[in-house]
Amino acid sequence: MTNEDLQNIVTGLGTDLEFTTEGSEFLNVTVPKEQLHSICSQLKSHPELKFDYAFCITGMDWVPALGVIYHLESTELKHQIVVKVMTEDRENPTLDSVHDIWQTADFHELEIFDFFGIKFNNHPKLRRIFLTPEWEGFPLRKDYVDEANMIIK
Amino acid sequence: MGVDKKRYLSQLEEDGLKQVVPADFPGKIIPGGNGGNIVVTTLDSVINWGRANSLWSLYFGTSCCAIEMMQTGAARHDYSRFGFEVARASARQADLIIIAGTIVNKMGPVLRRLYDQMAEPKYVIAMGACAISGGPFYYNSYSVIKGADHVIPVDVYVPGCPPRPEALLEGMIMLQQKIKTENMAKKVNPIDGFDEGK
Repeated sequence: MTNEDLQNIVTGLGTDLEFTTEGSEFLNVTVPKEQLHSICSQLKSHPELKFDYAFCITGMDWVPALGVIYHLESTELKHQIVVKVMTEDRENPTLDSVHDIWQTADFHELEIFDFFGIKFNNHPKLRRIFLTPEWEGFPLRKDYVDEANMIIK
Repeated sequence: MGVDKKRYLSQLEEDGLKQVVPADFPGKIIPGGNGGNIVVTTLDSVINWGRANSLWSLYFGTSCCAIEMMQTGAARHDYSRFGFEVARASARQADLIIIAGTIVNKMGPVLRRLYDQMAEPKYVIAMGACAISGGPFYYNSYSVIKGADHVIPVDVYVPGCPPRPEALLEGMIMLQQKIKTENMAKKVNPIDGFDEGK
């Protein structure tokens, strides 16, 4: 399916969706965080979309917003899409978990929580996995400071 | 060895020194220097020969240097030729850690524990830039230890990113040469005082 066809279908799944291609091969769609879970579950269940495989879930720090990028693929229909969601709240950033839609999101969300501090509603057990449990701060945020170990250029 | 050493009681007496033996000492005293040193140094060289030519290394590859270490052990370079016969998965059976890769903060205590579990004498080779100084890529990071010698004492450093198998072999042979000069009487354990910054 071409990106234009994808866009025509995905437009109907929610409101206030922004589409870009950013010169890349994938169609990018930015969704409001309130609609994230409903749009994601429709992306998976829609008979013409069938995005059954989240092949990459990435945390991002677009200062000042924090966000998550979902790379989705349909293994049956062989098309891909990129879903972006962001939140302006740096103190207590919260998004909905999609682990009930794609199980792989469970560990990806743990990683994003570990490094960006984004909390996920309904996640089964949010905890530090790479860093030690007593770690303070979120090292992949742009404003993270570690004076002992890092040379600030 | 030492040229001007006074080895015999007769030499001591020339200088007016005398071996002091308590009057009530119950046993018989056999003076030192009657060939005893020769036995000890010969024993040293036999033991060192055995140790140097039978170094079993621990499987400890934390990043890409491990690939080069495996290549050093594989058929083309084959470190068994020099006595690094096998690699062991248990610290209890290993004499040598080849630190092949980056040591992160979370790995540091594990590395130290593995080192402490090894039986003495134990040796460490820091292979590659990451094990020596934190590495060319990750040194400016919240997570990386800037050199494995912050955690355990290192005998031989092999620079490179990663070092070629020939370089690692050179480092291993240098370690063997170091072991062959060891002296049982003067041996110091490198971990003694290490935590105090010695």
